[in-house]
Amino acid sequence: MTEPKSKISRRNFFKAGTIIVGGVAVASAFTPFDSFLFASEPPKGKGKWYGIGIDINKCIGCGKCANACKLENNVPMDPFYFRSWVEQYTIKKDGTIKVESPNGGIDGFTQSIPDDEIFKSFFVPKMCNHCAKSPCTQVCPVGATFETPEGIVLVDDNYCIGCRYCVQACPYGCRFINPEKGTAEKCTLCIHRLEKGMQPACFEICPTEARIFGDLNDPESKINDFLKNHTTMVIKPHLNTGSKLFYNALTSEVR
Amino acid sequence: MEHHLQNLYEVLSKVDGYVYPNEIELNWSILIVLYPYITGLVAGAFILASLERIFKLRVLKPTYGIALLTALSFMLVATMPLISHLGKPMRAYEIMITPHLSSAMAIFGFVYLWYLMVVLLLEIWFDYRRDMVVWANETTGFKRFLYRLLSLYTTDISPKAVALDNKLGYIVTVIGVPSAFLLHGYVGFIFGSIKANPWWSTVLMPVIFLFSAIVSGIALVMLVYIVLTRIRKLSVDMACLDTIARYLFYILIMDFVLEGLDQIHRIYEAEESFEVLHNLVFGRLFFTLFIMQGLLGTIVPLLTLGILQFYKPKEQIRKVIYVVVPLLILMGIFFMRWNVVIGGQLFSKSFYGYTSFKIGLIGTEGYLMAAVWLIVPFLILSFLLWLLPPWKKKEEEESETLVA
Ligand code: SF4
Ligand code: SF4
Ligand code: SF4
Repeated sequence: MTEPKSKISRRNFFKAGTIIVGGVAVASAFTPFDSFLFASEPPKGKGKWYGIGIDINKCIGCGKCANACKLENNVPMDPFYFRSWVEQYTIKKDGTIKVESPNGGIDGFTQSIPDDEIFKSFFVPKMCNHCAKSPCTQVCPVGATFETPEGIVLVDDNYCIGCRYCVQACPYGCRFINPEKGTAEKCTLCIHRLEKGMQPACFEICPTEARIFGDLNDPESKINDFLKNHTTMVIKPHLNTGSKLFYNALTSEVR
Repeated sequence: MEHHLQNLYEVLSKVDGYVYPNEIELNWSILIVLYPYITGLVAGAFILASLERIFKLRVLKPTYGIALLTALSFMLVATMPLISHLGKPMRAYEIMITPHLSSAMAIFGFVYLWYLMVVLLLEIWFDYRRDMVVWANETTGFKRFLYRLLSLYTTDISPKAVALDNKLGYIVTVIGVPSAFLLHGYVGFIFGSIKANPWWSTVLMPVIFLFSAIVSGIALVMLVYIVLTRIRKLSVDMACLDTIARYLFYILIMDFVLEGLDQIHRIYEAEESFEVLHNLVFGRLFFTLFIMQGLLGTIVPLLTLGILQFYKPKEQIRKVIYVVVPLLILMGIFFMRWNVVIGGQLFSKSFYGYTSFKIGLIGTEGYLMAAVWLIVPFLILSFLLWLLPPWKKKEEEESETLVA
């Protein structure tokens, strides 16, 4: 009785073994194609998973965030390089839209359109969306751009070859090539500050608390509170970038 | 650096509407225009050579060797514009060592090597091996050494060995055609897969790139052939040129139809980006798109070649046409690449405005650098033609058939 049983189990073992080994072999033959699925897979993230909230209703367009970011991160001062900037949207009564961001809003804003022509006007602070399926990570040919397990998109500038493909691929204009280094640069969510338990510079300085951030996986976090109590939206949702920058009061004019 | 900033301030003053502040600087400039242009010439020239070989189109014989060597000359420099454009050129090898597989660009190194090593070099080697052995015996000194080295010190030129060469060469050609399609279709994918950019992001991009590549490659080989025959003080083979012109006409039609389809699709669907692209096309791209690419680069060649299919003017006139039309096509395809690469960066991804393009004469990004990468392939080609003259082969082939 026992003999045939063990025979069967041995056969089963071999069978299972073959299936497993074969399966692994087949699967690994297809691993390169995994990368092909980059944008079609659901985002990962189990531990901390950072998200950002910006309240357009609260932003007064002081531009302090843009300035603080430049100072904190040694971003070149010329008006072509920004990790963080503010846009002023003015919708005129005739329906036309005017967008401005002189020097990224660092020097504040003036309204160039006469009051009686204005339908409404508001400010939209912009920064990296730390996309969960970030197009910039997808296209980097050497993997110098990567997503951390906490959902922060970073560039390793010791590795970046300066091909500028990621700059082309970011739908939000959040990247530039550092003119001195020749490598790609973008918002790091001030990870050097996060590591010390501090807030990112642009969040800390905001006088109206229009900008918040937090752990999306923590139900008690500020960001989840923000998402619960506001009608939020990401920019360009149709591109399915997995953006984790949620705006309150975002209107369709904002792109 | 200072100069670069100065340029940027000048561009800033010319911005029309709103562009994201990081978009004022154009990221891919003339060198990246050259990159698809040059790879396109390679793929096109190779496909012309393959036509002769696979379909046994004897009439194309005079251009076979020239087409292969042209493809090789351009292939050898194809990566140079790309590498010299990098912010960190010395790190370029990282693409090969640690390719990030989800990136379309990462595969370039492999596609390139496959095409260069497995296809072009092998095909040329099999094609020339016998001749190199023969020439090694006929020459002395350095040239002899070179032939020996290039033939990898093989000496067997028995009919059996030569037959094997031919057979293997044929197999390489058969692999080569899809490879050429892959090479250039892939270059189109680099642009076509960028969903952030509506001017680039179309599934048709690889196909459009492919057909325009074939068109430009054929035009180039035609020109090289004509110039070469001139230099050698021989008369051109009109039957050959007529046939090439016919193929050129067919493929140009395909190219035109595909591009037209793309535009019709865009206009009919009129997505969110429609307005900004419409204004781009009728504004900053008008001259390069409608005049250079459309009218001079496509319509005029198309009509001229079309008329030739029904009415054959005197040889003298045809000869002129066969110089002018390829020149126009080569220019047109250059501007096609220009309109894709530069045009795709002139409008803001916010769809609210336009930046402009400023290019200097000097510097790694300037016209001179670009000119260098367009001239070098011709120098390489001259060298290759000196080393491996296809016309010398021909005589031997005839003697071979006599022996047989
Ligand atoms: S916003 Fe741009 S730079 Fe930031 S993660 Fe998304 S694609 Fe990358
Ligand atoms: S510029 Fe650098 S980070 Fe961006 S895609 Fe190229 S190598 Fe990657
Ligand atoms: S988080 Fe830091 S790097 Fe990112 S925009 Fe704010 S200040 Fe700049």
